[in-house]
Amino acid sequence: MLNDADRIYQNLYGQQGWNLEAARARGDYAGITDILARGRDPLIEELKTSGMRGRGGAGFPTGMKWSFMPKQSDGRPSFLVVNADESEPGTCKDRDIIRHEPHKLIEGSLIAGFAMGANTGYIYIRGEYHNEAERLQAAIDEAYGAGLLGENAAGSGWDFNLYLHRGAGAYICGEESAMLESLEGKKGMPRMKPPFPAAMGLYGCPTTVNNVETIAGVPTIMRRGATWFSSLGKPKNSGTKIFCISGHVNKPCNVEEELGIPLRDLIDKHCGGVRGGWDNLQAVIPGGASSPILNKEMCDTQLMDFDSLAAVKSMLGSGAVIVMDKSADVVKAIWRLSKFFKHESCGQCTPCREGTGWMMRMMDRIVQGHATLADIALLEQVTTQVAGHTICAFGEASSWPIQGLMRAFAPMVRARAIDYTPALQQAAE
Amino acid sequence: MNTLAEPTDFAFDEAAEADVLVAIARYPAGKQASAVMPLLEIAQRQMKRVTGSAWLPRLAMDVVAKRLGMAPVRVYEMATFYLMYNLQPVGKYHLQLCTTTPCWLRGSDDVVAACKKITGIHGFGETSADGMFTMTEVECLGACVNAPILQINDDYYEDLDGARTEALLETLKSGGALPAPGSTVGRHASEPEGGRSVLLATTSTGE
Repeated sequence: MLNDADRIYQNLYGQQGWNLEAARARGDYAGITDILARGRDPLIEELKTSGMRGRGGAGFPTGMKWSFMPKQSDGRPSFLVVNADESEPGTCKDRDIIRHEPHKLIEGSLIAGFAMGANTGYIYIRGEYHNEAERLQAAIDEAYGAGLLGENAAGSGWDFNLYLHRGAGAYICGEESAMLESLEGKKGMPRMKPPFPAAMGLYGCPTTVNNVETIAGVPTIMRRGATWFSSLGKPKNSGTKIFCISGHVNKPCNVEEELGIPLRDLIDKHCGGVRGGWDNLQAVIPGGASSPILNKEMCDTQLMDFDSLAAVKSMLGSGAVIVMDKSADVVKAIWRLSKFFKHESCGQCTPCREGTGWMMRMMDRIVQGHATLADIALLEQVTTQVAGHTICAFGEASSWPIQGLMRAFAPMVRARAIDYTPALQQAAE
Repeated sequence: MNTLAEPTDFAFDEAAEADVLVAIARYPAGKQASAVMPLLEIAQRQMKRVTGSAWLPRLAMDVVAKRLGMAPVRVYEMATFYLMYNLQPVGKYHLQLCTTTPCWLRGSDDVVAACKKITGIHGFGETSADGMFTMTEVECLGACVNAPILQINDDYYEDLDGARTEALLETLKSGGALPAPGSTVGRHASEPEGGRSVLLATTSTGE
């Protein structure tokens, strides 16, 4: 188990205060002027060495992402955008950072803005997080009052302004280019890439979009060093991660752990075990709604990091672990995710707009026991016509849960159809 | 049904105007269209304050469009694309029920049933006869380790079950105020029930 001393989020649960005074007592902003005085490139190098990978879902190396930003401005300003549109079903980690450790996010934004040459940052927070947005705004106001934001932020000689932008209920705005569209006052419809945001992002200017947990982890990495961070976790999967364990465990909770922790340890040590014991486990969705589901056999030995989950054709995603015991209707659980994706498709690309509804209806047919084996084969085939055929990764996100179900629970899905087929034949006669 | 009619005119009042100026100032000069989301929200909150129902009449969208130099249709597009803008009047208490998988696994069906029972509403999208409650099905609210969640207006009520949902709504129905948001079983934030398993050395001083 991770030592408490190695936890980035000492106030994850809000057992202490959130404000500037309490944050400073935990070490936030200590030596911030000296950290910024190291210079842009050394900060980016430190982040690269730490091995930090994006905590929002894709797991892209953060230092490399920052290095794509122009070193010299061509006259256009650069922007930092922080993705706080947390809406991947199962995920509720950024909410805790925002309400209990807001100054880690603010300090991280300052370091990120400085390192990528951005004088302005926007934090795009989902609209439903109303109380969380008020808390974060209060923390931003405190930081301005203490000279940690604004002109000559933290005495660095760098001007950095940080603003909140509230969303209004659209999952797709968590996709980075849809987020930029939304920030520009448009519908959240993803953009074609290239050009990538680092070349043409917000208002056509160089922009980097990072997840809350990624940015909030930066100050501690700069303070304790890349070697400390990379000593935790596993090679190429370094550091700690907040896991959100929901569903059929005895004590659902958020907890910060090392990447690479066995799934079983995560559930047994932190969540009081699966309801009815480990043997009562049926399935786990390991990284948020779009990550393919694992069956019990896979869960027995599964490690929780980017590469270990990719090896079983699933993903770490946002670290949202959704647990199902044997009482759960797994097919219905996936149908509900299909319904989610159908609701949240922005409607821009035909395969997704039409496909998500079609997949949901076909999943419903399986749930109801009204599907034939041919239907199931057709559904599997159609998922491959949606994934990879859309502007953004929503096509994949909506297809993968179904494909995962077909892989991990093939006998169960087929059994539902087989049960029904004779009746169907009878009805047809 | 809710009898609130389409207003005959709309203008930002003094309180809203202050928020409007702050919102517009967040974005670079010439990029004021970025403020369309905050302005729609401010308009909807003003409607709540003035009429008791948080919704966006078309007139309010037109005021936002004019203020930001946008074609009205671009503002209508925004208001219809994003779920949180209510295009029709909603009740005093807007019950937003999450039924996505993590909440469903923890019993959101019971929360839905309790809401229907107490409010007399038959299905999502409806408003109770007394105009007090509107029920909306929402997708993941992002508080999944405290599932199931019911969002009432701006606040999250967490760790619910059927009985606690009924009690909560009965309080509101009989004129009581909204209780403090958060867990309904006394859990602290996202800690495991019964107390945290880590960070045991840190003293609890806060909140």
